[in-house]
Amino acid sequence: MKRAFRLVGLDCANCAAKMEHAISKLDGVEDVSISFMTTKMTLTTGDGAMDAVLAEAEKIIKRVDPDVVIKRA
Amino acid sequence: MKKRIIRIAAASLVFAAAFFMGEGAGILRLILFVAAYIAAGYDVLYKAARNISHGQVFDENFLMTIATVGAFFVGEYPEGAAVMLFYQVGEIFQDYAVERSRRSISALTELRPEYVNLKTDEGIKRCDPCDVTVGDVMVIMPGERVPLDGEVTEGAGALDTSALTGEAVPREVHKGSEILSGCVNLGGAITARVTKEYYDSTAARILELVEEAVEKKAHHERFITRFSRVYTPAVVTGALILAILPPLIIPGHPFSEWIYRALLFLVVSCPCALVISVPLGFFCGIGGASRQGVLVKGGNYLEALARADTFAFDKTGTLTKGSFEVKEIHEAALSSDEILRLSAHGECFSNHPAAVSIKAAYGGKIDESLVSDMKELSGMGVSACVAGTRVILGNFALMEKHGITPERAVGRGTAVYVAADGEYAGYILLADEIKPGAAETVAALKRAGARLTVMLTGDVCASAEETAAAAGIDRVYAELLPEDKVRLVEQLKAAEEKGRVVYAGDGINDAPVLACADVGVAMGALGSDAAIEAADIVIMDDNPLRILDAVRTARRTMGIVKGNVAFSLIVKGAVLILGALGLANMWEAVFADVGVAVIAILNSMRALNVGR
Repeated sequence: MKRAFRLVGLDCANCAAKMEHAISKLDGVEDVSISFMTTKMTLTTGDGAMDAVLAEAEKIIKRVDPDVVIKRA
Repeated sequence: MKKRIIRIAAASLVFAAAFFMGEGAGILRLILFVAAYIAAGYDVLYKAARNISHGQVFDENFLMTIATVGAFFVGEYPEGAAVMLFYQVGEIFQDYAVERSRRSISALTELRPEYVNLKTDEGIKRCDPCDVTVGDVMVIMPGERVPLDGEVTEGAGALDTSALTGEAVPREVHKGSEILSGCVNLGGAITARVTKEYYDSTAARILELVEEAVEKKAHHERFITRFSRVYTPAVVTGALILAILPPLIIPGHPFSEWIYRALLFLVVSCPCALVISVPLGFFCGIGGASRQGVLVKGGNYLEALARADTFAFDKTGTLTKGSFEVKEIHEAALSSDEILRLSAHGECFSNHPAAVSIKAAYGGKIDESLVSDMKELSGMGVSACVAGTRVILGNFALMEKHGITPERAVGRGTAVYVAADGEYAGYILLADEIKPGAAETVAALKRAGARLTVMLTGDVCASAEETAAAAGIDRVYAELLPEDKVRLVEQLKAAEEKGRVVYAGDGINDAPVLACADVGVAMGALGSDAAIEAADIVIMDDNPLRILDAVRTARRTMGIVKGNVAFSLIVKGAVLILGALGLANMWEAVFADVGVAVIAILNSMRALNVGR
């Protein structure tokens, strides 16, 4: 399952790289790509894992940069 | 943004006042420096405190805070305040540059239609493009962008396709023409029937493609991400060692001196210059290419294209126009003018490529009233009555069928035999024509270092060799089946050491080859979904020179990216070494951090400006 999100307020390239790395290590994540330039996150997970992964991913994102808001794209 | 600029400007003034007071001012001077520092960097201090509570040890705000607070503690007030100020100025520059390039890419999103003028029983109604379905009728007013793909039902005029193809010459449209979303109507109002819904329309597909391109990261990007994960911890560890060990080991060295050197390390510890400029370089390269009508599906393909040294081409539709042209008229019973006149009239109702080329060669006015009893003999030719003369046009078999025995045509190309009133009159030789720019492209690629150019075609040897010679292609493989092409591309790839193999085709029946090559380029893909799907690089119009543009853009982008990586690493490395030896100060460290980042970003943005 693949979904795209906007990370509104993402203004640090290094943070984007950190988030991407940490999310890629989560269980159930098949692929994740965060583009600092388009502020877009594309998340691919195994079947049924999306909601759980997304909750974890959100925690990671908030930890690295609490100002970022995740929106469905 | 504006608030931030005013704030930093105010902090700078306070800083300047304190700076010029001189040492004599004592405590007042210190107060002013602290004021300037807090005014400039309170948000950094806040974020540092917040992020460290989240366990973000290598957070840039945190490191910058330690560096500047540390500078105050070792008595370097001006430097502590200045580092924060410059850091913030650099951040403003960075944000501005990033914002600008984000915006120039999203200029592409102008393609995204905002509304559709839907023709309904109650007149014209504006509605959301997503709500329109196939078969609805839309009206495109002068100056408006075509919102959805469609077919013209009323009106005629010209469309500016430059947003899609990079091509400046407007395209003429009339009743029955296909119109693509994203083009601008230059003429009067056009009414069209919608043929594709929003998400299948050309504009939406292009936008999706460009957005998705950023997901396919180039090796350089991945390398930089990996590097930055090691870099910051390594430099911070270096700073710790530097602050503690030498003063303990070397007698007579005060801690303050070494702590100052360690603080320099912290200032340079952010890999920002690299982490921003490398993806930005690829992003701008892809954006620049799309302005030329070349869609690149990922930074990795730009990288591969820059390293390409074998270029394989399909023939028909890629190097040649894929349409016929009259090359020669062989006279038998009638003169060539007569043959052409009869043929053009006989074919007047046909739009077969051969018929089109014969009519084009005739050039004169075709009086359709002279033509009667026209019969299309599928796969063989036509027969018609032209001003009382029974004309038969077609292949050799058709002649034989009518008991006519023409001479066998000699020469390359396709022959159309002509008979008038049962008597063989002569034949017309049709040949595909090489595209203007094909030879120029091949020659320029060779000058640019292409080791080998190859043509892969299903066509017969003779005509393939002729085209190859005209285009300046090194090696020809003819009479190939699609699976032969795949096999040959595999062989070309195996023969490469460091280079990459590019295959350019029209994308209609060579999807497997496009997928197999290191870089698959689909030509003239405007409106062809299959080609857009299969290729790595999509050339919207069918101009071979765009392949050259793409290669140049790729190489330029790679040059910029590599330049940035080298520049950032060298400056940072030099400042780290000089700092450890006590030869650098805070000013140089700040330059190595934000100064280098700003320069690298500005440099990356050059990738957006592609030469036409």
